[in-house]
Amino acid sequence: MSEPSIIVFDRAVVRRHRERAAEDFSGYDFLVREVAERLADRLEDVTRSFPLALDLGCHDGTLASLIGERGGIETLVQSDLSFAMARKAHEAAAERTGSPERCPALVADEEMQPFAEGCFDLVISSMGLHWVNDLPGALLQANLALKPDGLFLGAILGGDTLHELRQSLLMAESELEGGAGPRVSPFAQLQDAAGLLQRAGFALPVADVDSITVNYANPLKLMDDLRGMGQSNAVIGRRNTLSRRETLMHAAQIYEEEFGDETGTVPATFQVIFLTGWRPAANQQQPLRPGAARHSLAEALGTQEVKTGVKTGPQVKTGPKPNGQA
Amino acid sequence: MTEKKNQGVDPKLLEILVCPVTRGPLEYDSKEQELISRQARLAYPIRDGIPIMLPDEARALED
Repeated sequence: MSEPSIIVFDRAVVRRHRERAAEDFSGYDFLVREVAERLADRLEDVTRSFPLALDLGCHDGTLASLIGERGGIETLVQSDLSFAMARKAHEAAAERTGSPERCPALVADEEMQPFAEGCFDLVISSMGLHWVNDLPGALLQANLALKPDGLFLGAILGGDTLHELRQSLLMAESELEGGAGPRVSPFAQLQDAAGLLQRAGFALPVADVDSITVNYANPLKLMDDLRGMGQSNAVIGRRNTLSRRETLMHAAQIYEEEFGDETGTVPATFQVIFLTGWRPAANQQQPLRPGAARHSLAEALGTQEVKTGVKTGPQVKTGPKPNGQA
Repeated sequence: MTEKKNQGVDPKLLEILVCPVTRGPLEYDSKEQELISRQARLAYPIRDGIPIMLPDEARALED
């Protein structure tokens, strides 16, 4: 894999945040749980079975516990950047199934995946890939790990995520400190996502978006939750010192003024982009070659074909007038 | 959580893992609990049955 030209995230920091979050993750896993449930539902909609699956970025094993035997999964390999997370996932699965030898888990970096080519029927990645520097590269590696006609199902945070927090921090910092540094990670945009899948070589790529709004008692509780989720800022060039307390308090005040509702809570928006793609295979549906159609469009629309170059207008219309018009 | 002594690695993992650096094959050393990449000259540790496939965490092989 080529070196990414721009390094945005400090992967060692991402890993440290994950390790730290593993300890008490169940208190903060609501978003990961919600997204995992939506992914599992999507898998249920696919009428295929995927005996050997990979959960890339498994956190504490939430997805595995929710997915059960949906998708005809017989073996789910769980992988995370953090050892503490992978071990929790492994232990949870062993306890659930009673057979630790059938709950493979490992520590791996999504940017440097250690999987042989063409080994999985399914790769699922929930809420992990927005922390990689080279998303196309990571997707390409996931694609290569799939068997032909294998399915990739992913969920990443999108660009509108935490826009309220981003704006409040920016305003508070520039007012009080005369400058601002990146505090909320940059995320992929929905309009780029399908292109990313295509670039990574997936067939039938689909990207769609769900917005999840969480109401918080106050903005400081939100910031605490982000740390608990292991999702706090890991941008290189982020300010290493914590914001001055007064800046944080000011940001919280701006947040409440700008976005708070009458019940006294503040909303936080998480934009989740769902990614679906298939490893190309010869037996997949393919677009027809241009000119290979056996039925004309006019036939399908129940209208008359007009040759190119002939101007259509009221005077050449021969059919009945459209309904409801005099 | 009970301490598991060298519970070994899932045989399924051995079939699907390659070295993340070279994408070459790995040898399983059950005594040392390591996965060895000869090409990369790295030994990836296995802790509690969980292979750590990170070059930063791997032991460099001596000659």
